[in-house]
Amino acid sequence: MQKIKTSRHRQLKIVVYLAMSLAFLSALAMPFENDKRVNTGNTAAVAEVKIIDEATMERDQLAEESKAAFNEAYTVFMHPRCLNCHPSGDIPLQGDDSRLHTMNVKRGPDGKGLYAMKCKNCHQDTHVPGNNMPPGHFNWHLPPAKTKMVFEGKSPRQLATSFKDPKFTGFKSMDEFIKHVEEDTLVKNSFTYGTRPPLSHPDFVVKVKEWIAKGAAIPDK
Amino acid sequence: MINIKVNGKAYQLAVDPSTPILWVLRDTLGLMGTKFGCGVAQCGACTVHLDGEGIRSCISPVSRAAGKEITTIEGLDVKLGKPLEQAWIQEDVPQCGYCQSGQIMAAAILLRDNPNPTDQDIDDGMSGNLCRCGTYQRIRKAIHVAAKLRT
Repeated sequence: MQKIKTSRHRQLKIVVYLAMSLAFLSALAMPFENDKRVNTGNTAAVAEVKIIDEATMERDQLAEESKAAFNEAYTVFMHPRCLNCHPSGDIPLQGDDSRLHTMNVKRGPDGKGLYAMKCKNCHQDTHVPGNNMPPGHFNWHLPPAKTKMVFEGKSPRQLATSFKDPKFTGFKSMDEFIKHVEEDTLVKNSFTYGTRPPLSHPDFVVKVKEWIAKGAAIPDK
Repeated sequence: MINIKVNGKAYQLAVDPSTPILWVLRDTLGLMGTKFGCGVAQCGACTVHLDGEGIRSCISPVSRAAGKEITTIEGLDVKLGKPLEQAWIQEDVPQCGYCQSGQIMAAAILLRDNPNPTDQDIDDGMSGNLCRCGTYQRIRKAIHVAAKLRT
């Protein structure tokens, strides 16, 4: 009887020790388990930050490309063949030095001149051959008085900002702006005589479209 | 063949389409009132009206006038021409007279579109017509007189 009691007591002791050992081991293991969870959590957070960075970087990259495209197109906008019909006053400019047009020619309300000094009185439908002859186009004109579209004196930043303002261009959308640049025969005519703009007309159109497609970013200066 | 109307008369002309209107008027039709000045649209002596616009006939090809109406100093509407003529005489405007045909054709458009022009309007309408004699002050005065004569 005594023997049996002693044996049971020993068994109980073993069970208690085992339970204590398990508890101890579990306690030891817990921090690692927690660490694991924390680490997993941190990894997810890092991944998220990385995604935001890529999007931002992509956006920044596009903006930079957009600005670069505008800056290239700007060299055409500010070339005398384009600039001369986008003066800061009401007198058109002429020549490669963009001097004031002779004869005190004025814009007029529709951009086609005043009284006996309408653009078309001298500018014929086509270029007249010979030195010092006025270049020609069937629809020679300046922008009208209500939307003068002044380029003269504007920085790339100022000009790009202006182009995005419908009050400046008179165009309802950027599509109309592109159409003017791409299809207006008077614009295209500017690439056919005298000192040519630094880009060909097709390359110019590509740059303008690229500027708009990549977000029409405003240059820094 | 090119069909044009000059001072109300219709003409069918066998001329090169690139011939300047000026030479069709002077050499082909014998209308000598319109003068050759610079030949590069700089001076305004050759101004005539093409469908009411004051074109420079020395560089405008006759093809541009096909189917249209040209008015020269000889055919200027009396409602515009007479007051201008009287004012020009009253103010003794011409000196050598060579540019005056172009001056009057430009002044006629100014008065037609702006019956009471200011000095600024006159400058805007007339500064494309050069006068080697420098009769500009008298031209300006005569246009004011002509404006009054029309009322």
